[in-house]
Amino acid sequence: MTLPIPDVAQPSRRALLQTGGGFALAFFLGVGSARATISARPQPGDAELAAREGATFAPNALIRIDREGPVRLVMPNVEMGQGVYTTEAMLLAEELDVGLDQVIVQHAPPIDALYGTPLLKSQTTGGSTTVRANWMILREAGAVARAMLISAAAEQWGVPAAECVTKAGVVKHAASGRSATYNELAEAAARQQTPEKVGLKDPKDFKLVGKPMRRIDSPSKVDGSAIFGIDIRVPDMQVAYVITCPTAGGTLKSVKEDEARKQPGVKDVIRLPHGVAVTAPNYWAAKKAAEALEIEWDHGPNVDFSTEGLFKALDEASRTGKALVARSDGPLDRKGKTIEAVYQHPILAHAPMEPLNAVVHVRPDACEIWVGSQVPTRAVGAAAKLTGLPEDKIILHNQYLGGGFGRRLEVDSVELAVNIAKQVPYPVKMIWSREHDIRHDIPRTAYLDRVSAVVDDEGYPVVWKDRTCGASVPKRWAPQMLRKDGFDADLTECSDELSYDIPAFHVEWVPHDMPEAIPIGWWRGVGPTHNIFKVEGFVDELAHAAGKDPVEFRRKMLTKNPRPLSVLNKAAEAIGWGEKLPPRVGRGVAFASPFGSHVCAIAEVEVSPRGVIRIRRGVAAIDCGPVMNPNTVEAQIQGGLIFGWTMALFNEITFEKGAVKQSNFHDYRMMRLNETPPIEVHIVKNEGPIGGMGEVGTAIAAPALANAVFAATGVRLRRLPLDPRLLADP
Amino acid sequence: MRNLVRIAVAIVVLAAIGIAGLAGYRWLHNDRDVMAADAPASPELVRRGEYLAHAADCVACHQVPGGKPYAGGTPFKLPFGVIYSTNITPDKETGIGTWSDDDFVRALHHGVRKDGRHLYPAFPYTSYTRMSRDDAVAIKAYLFSLEPVHAPAKKNELSFPFNQRWAMAFWNMAFLDARRFRDDPDRKPEQNRGDYVANALGHCGECHTPRNLAFALDDGKEFAGADIQGWRAYNITSDKTFGVGAWTDQQLSDYFAKGHAEGRAAASGPMAEAVEYSTRHLNEGDRNALISYLRIVKAQPGPAGTEIAPDPESLKKSTAWAPPADAAKGDLGRKIFEGACASCHQYDGKGQQTPYAGLAGLRSVNDPDGVNLTMALLQGSDLKDINSGAWMPSFAAYSDVELAAVANYVIGHFSGKQGQVTPEKVAERRKQQ
Amino acid sequence: MLTLNVNGEDRSVEVPEDMPLLWVLRDVIGLTGTKFGCGIAQCGACTVHVDGQAVRSCVLPVGELGDAKITTVEAIGATPEGKKIQDAWLAVEVVQCGYCQTGQVMSAAALLRHNPQPTDEDIDAAMSGNICRCGTYVRIRQAIHQAATGKPV
Repeated sequence: MTLPIPDVAQPSRRALLQTGGGFALAFFLGVGSARATISARPQPGDAELAAREGATFAPNALIRIDREGPVRLVMPNVEMGQGVYTTEAMLLAEELDVGLDQVIVQHAPPIDALYGTPLLKSQTTGGSTTVRANWMILREAGAVARAMLISAAAEQWGVPAAECVTKAGVVKHAASGRSATYNELAEAAARQQTPEKVGLKDPKDFKLVGKPMRRIDSPSKVDGSAIFGIDIRVPDMQVAYVITCPTAGGTLKSVKEDEARKQPGVKDVIRLPHGVAVTAPNYWAAKKAAEALEIEWDHGPNVDFSTEGLFKALDEASRTGKALVARSDGPLDRKGKTIEAVYQHPILAHAPMEPLNAVVHVRPDACEIWVGSQVPTRAVGAAAKLTGLPEDKIILHNQYLGGGFGRRLEVDSVELAVNIAKQVPYPVKMIWSREHDIRHDIPRTAYLDRVSAVVDDEGYPVVWKDRTCGASVPKRWAPQMLRKDGFDADLTECSDELSYDIPAFHVEWVPHDMPEAIPIGWWRGVGPTHNIFKVEGFVDELAHAAGKDPVEFRRKMLTKNPRPLSVLNKAAEAIGWGEKLPPRVGRGVAFASPFGSHVCAIAEVEVSPRGVIRIRRGVAAIDCGPVMNPNTVEAQIQGGLIFGWTMALFNEITFEKGAVKQSNFHDYRMMRLNETPPIEVHIVKNEGPIGGMGEVGTAIAAPALANAVFAATGVRLRRLPLDPRLLADP
Repeated sequence: MRNLVRIAVAIVVLAAIGIAGLAGYRWLHNDRDVMAADAPASPELVRRGEYLAHAADCVACHQVPGGKPYAGGTPFKLPFGVIYSTNITPDKETGIGTWSDDDFVRALHHGVRKDGRHLYPAFPYTSYTRMSRDDAVAIKAYLFSLEPVHAPAKKNELSFPFNQRWAMAFWNMAFLDARRFRDDPDRKPEQNRGDYVANALGHCGECHTPRNLAFALDDGKEFAGADIQGWRAYNITSDKTFGVGAWTDQQLSDYFAKGHAEGRAAASGPMAEAVEYSTRHLNEGDRNALISYLRIVKAQPGPAGTEIAPDPESLKKSTAWAPPADAAKGDLGRKIFEGACASCHQYDGKGQQTPYAGLAGLRSVNDPDGVNLTMALLQGSDLKDINSGAWMPSFAAYSDVELAAVANYVIGHFSGKQGQVTPEKVAERRKQQ
Repeated sequence: MLTLNVNGEDRSVEVPEDMPLLWVLRDVIGLTGTKFGCGIAQCGACTVHVDGQAVRSCVLPVGELGDAKITTVEAIGATPEGKKIQDAWLAVEVVQCGYCQTGQVMSAAALLRHNPQPTDEDIDAAMSGNICRCGTYVRIRQAIHQAATGKPV
């Protein structure tokens, strides 16, 4: 079939990473396979895609073996730092029996049916789902390819397949002394039947999985050759600088462009519903010209929106609003001493290091997009809608992401770039300034949580009640995720299922929407990041009220739950819990089971007499079931903790008169190297179900820190970010 | 320059001189200088007016950030209310479009509006009164050449009795010496010209001259330095230790032209605005005249301890990329400097990407109270129009404790002195913003 | 027309003098290893070497460079300290999303050039201006020590 490949020069690229290229999306989706996801075996459309990519042997959508050169592995998920290209490549290569030095990886094109993650039913990288959902499929995909290579060899040599073995990309037959490389066998393998069943390796024979492997993407990221979305250059491209109304939902009233037009290099001034874009051959010229525009805004309906007002409204709603119940069970009417607390969580920006960007070329017959996206198929859908082109005319090239953290689960930047590119004949590279990136984020929303417990004579909770109040992300992002009555499980993730032994539970959510012009989004650690801060802070409060050691207190409530208990014990042992510490130094523990993993973090802090928090040490223990790459597990926990501590120490987006006050790293601070303590990560081995990794560290960070601050100062901070002014030694 | 405290004069004076009559008011109407027909606005006159308007730094007060030049609206926040600068574009309804030359000259020389009502001395007519009628008329011709902007004046928010404009007549009687500038025959011509540029046009003393108990400029201490809007307007007398006496002509010239004198100063805050709007537009002759005049301004001492430390040890031991080993180890201020500051300022005081960021030898880092240092941290600094790299963001998001710590580290590292900045002092300056 | 010496080669570029070096490298010359992160010298993603010293190219007007020698990440591997740093970065597996890492490598290479045996304090002084959102700091510190000593830390 003819595929709509436009006559556009491809950006030059290093051999390591080849672009997936464009293809006919509708062809794959048109056969009713929209709910299909990745598979070890060929799916409708697979062969055409492989042919277009020039693959000799393509046993499935994930593996390409050519007559020469390395094995090409197509990555169904996108790499944003979590190490997924290496992990997915390890799983494929393990069962295929090739070394990681024999493969290259390439970005998958956007096709839910071939590259969708089963847990999310779409080609989405997020929610710490990738390995959890895909690991067995990827192993099987490697095994299928290996089996076909073996049968090709056996057929050529006239020997039983069972007598052939594989090693490092070579099939061997010991008795005849014959051997052939996968490259040599590719053509013959392509003619083999796909096996119905394949055997998988015994984990004890793993050569890659479970070993600390070097990341596949590191070399190019260390020498500058890796291409991120922002690095794409296509012929005749112009760079677009965007100015959007500072007030959320405000619109463009008028713009005078005379001065801007006088700036050197300026190409076009493009009006948009909520702003203006200026294009020029480079970012600087576009920026200079855009800054010379005289713009008048209609600030719209949100001029009175403020963070202060939002928290007042949340407080009111959480007292009087109608709640949707997540869970209510056990003897809730038990009487006894009751302890209550209110926890508050700020609005947060994602601030990935790579500011949002997209390269878009809209032509009469097609639209080509280069972007780093966690949701490439969603981006295709959005572009189709805006251009009026069918989805099979939208060609998207996914790229490395310079940080995702949930920000690139949104396609607003792609939409904006398409809206600009629609108005000009040339390809447009839209780059957001850092200020734009922070002010026009789709932020994590604010929450206000009321939590209470009735405790027994020893101080252990016998009734646990938790009412969270805030807005729902899926309500906009994926309404199908909601329960029929509108209940959003994200709001109570990690607060409605605790590992602790508590007999009665009531957890509910009071919805309170943000203004429509301020859409809210997923932020690393999603529901758990919000909920664990409160749950583990409150557990600490209960321990303190009971006069018990916080680790002992938790141990007692985990006695029936060995997997969590061993994680808690490991972390406590590693840090030397119980040691005597100097004045204003304290340790805080937090435990939870987010994303199918079990994690315990302990932070040690010192709080200066004037309230300055310094983290001295961090220890974490993690049980994520089978470990793919211990290197990555450690890195994700270390980095995740730093991400979470950054939030806890510094991060809050505040709205005043409907506009975000913060703008760049001087007022939206990031933890820096000299603020980072040594962080030890201990992996607790377990055969249990596999857990996610990418968000676990972030979700557990803040409560460990806040609990440590309490231990050091006796001051319980229930609002993030932690306010050092409350910690000064009186 | 904007002078937020200046109007406070009114309070003192109203209390002190409640007895004066209307004599002064009548007197000014008899000023012979304010009686002539309107001059025809030739292109040359407009050009000269534009130059003089820059020299007199009108736009500093008559434009709000992001607003139209000369359309006014700048708030002057005072202890007893807020007053706003007005629209001086030739809009007939909301600007000065209906004003005659006489009206304009009278405003500059006597602080009286076309309608006869008194201006508040936030408008520096006490300085402009020295300006020649010709120059004033030229400025007016320039303003009238601009596109009229319809921008109604914001209503001042003053409480009684400060909202009584007529009362300014009494203040003027005591403190307005409504005389034009006259050359001093004992001086060189360029010194006289420099005096005129500094005092009749540039009104430097409005910020740099201390005020007496009645909040009027203390003429005996011309340019000895004063605090204003939370910033310190430095001693710019010829004193070699505390003033600019030791600066070379080149350094002074660079400062006026570019806001930066290597090893001496980088303009920040209100002075950065003065450079941007005013001094950098001076022609070479006037720039040199200004320098000549500063050379003869009577030397005034400064507070002990604010002298520039010569070659501090800590700086000598630093390289561009690292401070001396173990100095201030673990210090909070040093940590903040490492993360947020060193990328531009670097450790040897020279400035990384641009010499504008060099901190060695600056008065701001040699002042143990860190007045301007604290203000620069809180407000940032902006000379972007002059040099795209000469810009610093505001670090107001950092806590008072952190800002005090980094200020003291910077003072310690770049001058070897013990900084005296406390979180409480940072908090006070934060309020003055 | 300005002539810049980039990675040992003279490059003529037709750009205004106030254009930051970052955009000349990325958008005019086409060296995209140097990254845009903040534009205000607060994150270090744009770090390059000018005459051997680490500078933030996002705020460095290109007109001020004269005939200074500019080295970008694309060529730092050809210097002894750059090579050591890159090798250690891979050995310690520092990288996550990787976007800031070219800037980190440049800052670290400059540090090592001036100070072959940096202490933790020296590393703090030289590396705290580089932000990593993924939080790779623990390994950055480790990798610099490893590059300096040649031994796993």
